[in-house]
Amino acid sequence: MEDALTIHRLHFAFTVTFHYIFPQLTMGLALLIFILKSLALRTGNEIWNDSARFWAKIFGISFALGVVTGIPMEFQFGTNWSQFSKSAGGVIGQTLAMEGVFSFFLESSFLGLFLFGEKRLGPRLHWVSSMMMFLGSWLSGYLIVLTDAWMQHPVGYHLAANGSYELNSFWALLLNPWGLWQYAHTMLGAVQTGCFTMAAVGAYYILSKQHDAFGRIFVRVGVTVGIIAACLQLFPTGDGQGKMMAQYQRPTLAAMEGLFQTQAGAPIAILGQPDVPKQRLDNPLTIPSALSFLTYQKWTATVQGLDQFPQSEWPDNIALLYFSYHIMVGLGTIFIAILALAALQLFRGKLFQSPILLWALMLSLPLPFIANTAGWITAEVGRQPWLIYGMMRTRAGVSPLVSAGSAWFTLLGFLGMYTILGMLFLFLVYREIEHGPGPDNSSAALATATAAAAD
Amino acid sequence: MGTIWFCLVAIMIAGYVVLDGFDIGVGILHLYLARTDDERRVLIRSIGPVWDANEVWLLAAGGTLYFAFPALYAASFSGFYLPLMMVLWLLILRGVSLEFRSHVGGHIWSVFWDAVFSLASILLAIFFGAALGNVARGVPLNAAGNFFEPLWTNFQPTGQTGILDWYTTLIGVTALAVLALHGAAWLTWRTTDDLRDRAHAAASLLWWLVAALTIIVTFTSFRLMPFGLLSFRVHPFGFIFPMLAIAGLLAVKLFLRTGQEAAAFAASCAYIVGMLTSVTFTLYPNVLPATTGLANNLTVANAKAADYGLKIGLVWWLIGMTLVAIYTTFTYTRFAGKIRPSDPDDHASY
Repeated sequence: MEDALTIHRLHFAFTVTFHYIFPQLTMGLALLIFILKSLALRTGNEIWNDSARFWAKIFGISFALGVVTGIPMEFQFGTNWSQFSKSAGGVIGQTLAMEGVFSFFLESSFLGLFLFGEKRLGPRLHWVSSMMMFLGSWLSGYLIVLTDAWMQHPVGYHLAANGSYELNSFWALLLNPWGLWQYAHTMLGAVQTGCFTMAAVGAYYILSKQHDAFGRIFVRVGVTVGIIAACLQLFPTGDGQGKMMAQYQRPTLAAMEGLFQTQAGAPIAILGQPDVPKQRLDNPLTIPSALSFLTYQKWTATVQGLDQFPQSEWPDNIALLYFSYHIMVGLGTIFIAILALAALQLFRGKLFQSPILLWALMLSLPLPFIANTAGWITAEVGRQPWLIYGMMRTRAGVSPLVSAGSAWFTLLGFLGMYTILGMLFLFLVYREIEHGPGPDNSSAALATATAAAAD
Repeated sequence: MGTIWFCLVAIMIAGYVVLDGFDIGVGILHLYLARTDDERRVLIRSIGPVWDANEVWLLAAGGTLYFAFPALYAASFSGFYLPLMMVLWLLILRGVSLEFRSHVGGHIWSVFWDAVFSLASILLAIFFGAALGNVARGVPLNAAGNFFEPLWTNFQPTGQTGILDWYTTLIGVTALAVLALHGAAWLTWRTTDDLRDRAHAAASLLWWLVAALTIIVTFTSFRLMPFGLLSFRVHPFGFIFPMLAIAGLLAVKLFLRTGQEAAAFAASCAYIVGMLTSVTFTLYPNVLPATTGLANNLTVANAKAADYGLKIGLVWWLIGMTLVAIYTTFTYTRFAGKIRPSDPDDHASY
């Protein structure tokens, strides 16, 4: 049983991690494409439309992969976690079904219209369809984050006689305070993925001296929206999420920070490796009293360490939790630094003459994907050993009759298939980027080539 | 409240089969009907703007099932673990082949994705049919409401059953024929010239196959599951469902002959809805019959979620599905009309 549990957890972890590469990009790009379309409608300048069309292609590839890798997620609640689904389906089935009925239909209908219907719809309706796509994908994000938020912080339910969870307040479920913070934090992360992707492609075009006008637009939009998102990511949303944890998931907070002993004026660890058996942080680099201040706004406040909680309530992989949290926060800080510098130079009109910053923007492309993934690992590993925090242990939720062998079989199947999908995705996106934006790509490419030859 | 949601889930599933059914049908016939690259692009363009939304019906139906009947969702999804995972892989392959096919020019690339698209569509139709066969036949539920079926055992529909036995395979083949006919009717309606004529000829031929299989399936089903007739005896109004199927099937033939293409497609929809509702009607009040004794049957009453949630759900479901109806209608009217090879591509990559 223990063996099967591990495989089922790995199964979900792998498929959801791979899946989330795509929604974070499409949710971010959906906002940016909507902004590009709005600017096109407002200025009447075709370059904004050309930009939107270019990003719509990358959006389309990512969206398709997001959809096909998303379907297994909804199925897995039943296939691999049937005991959990049976008990909690009456509550989280609400948000999952609403996601299907409200947002998936909205997204997919208007994506079809957006990709296929520019000529049939005309500029105004085409703009509307970009807005609907944006709304659909962001609504979808809300409902799925709420589903997770209920597992992190269950609200609006009571336990029935047969042990299943019954909803007793729809609005409590829908306005779960944990969910509101988590949603804001998640979406800002997705926006940064979109912004960095757009800015990185723009920087690449400027540095490689092709599609320069588009490159400048991409960098400008990416950096401008990105710096706003990066700041809001830290405060208030990151801070709000942290306070939620301080209130409801104290063992998790202590493990994230690598705080083994309870202390007044607790420090924040910047670096260091948790040594769980010895219950200490090796090679620590800390800021004294900072954790107390951030958590309770008092430099001398006492923060509970892991020693305050029985080991049975400790997250079961403290090292992974500690590192993923630190990677997320570290990268988030780097994003603020890069984007703030880039925004400053953009404001002064010097960004496009600053190769170092452009290089930094270009090379940052993979980082927001890593940061978002690390953030979700923090949330989900942090929830352990609970499936529903404080209520249901992870081991209690697994499908009792699906053997480790069956789970291995399908896990390997997904590993193989997703490896190939990942390679295809990179190949196709690379092709679109090489192909470049513009009204007529072939002639534009030819013009660039001729210009290059003339140089 | 349970019965209302039983009907709503049935509607969602029927909606899925009717809508995604025609684009799966197009996939089944893809390699056979469309001979040149231009024709294949027309075929794919006929479903391009809608297949994704059609597939959402599966997600929405799954979500609705999850929320309204958690115990059924948990039992069936974990019990049908292996075939469902394969369905997922097929859906992935089918989705990416549609999306990727047109991104790279070049013969080898598109030939490969065409084959993947068609093969995945064929297998999906068979798997979905076999799944329906399993639900109708019943599964070895234990007292805790769980089961696990291997892919096959000795191919007998009694005793230690597997996902595939001769009965469920028969239903799978029937589903393949029905969806192929459905796809052919769609293409007859939406394409022109040679392609339309070939689709029309295929539809006329497939009709005979579907008619024969319908008769065989009906008789074997009642032979294996004689209690299915009981529902009709208790609620005679239920005859309306098989009548709808028969009328739909006959109308398909009639309209194909008179060349009323849209009507033929609509009749094919009616036939599918009639067949599915007949099956669900004979199941009621069971949602998943057990082969291990009546006491283990999952029923509307013992599988449903609590009433409070179901009542709230009714409100948002009605609002949500009204919206869905509005934008589905909008999409289909925007993309109405025949698709010609000479039409300009709106979307550069298709």
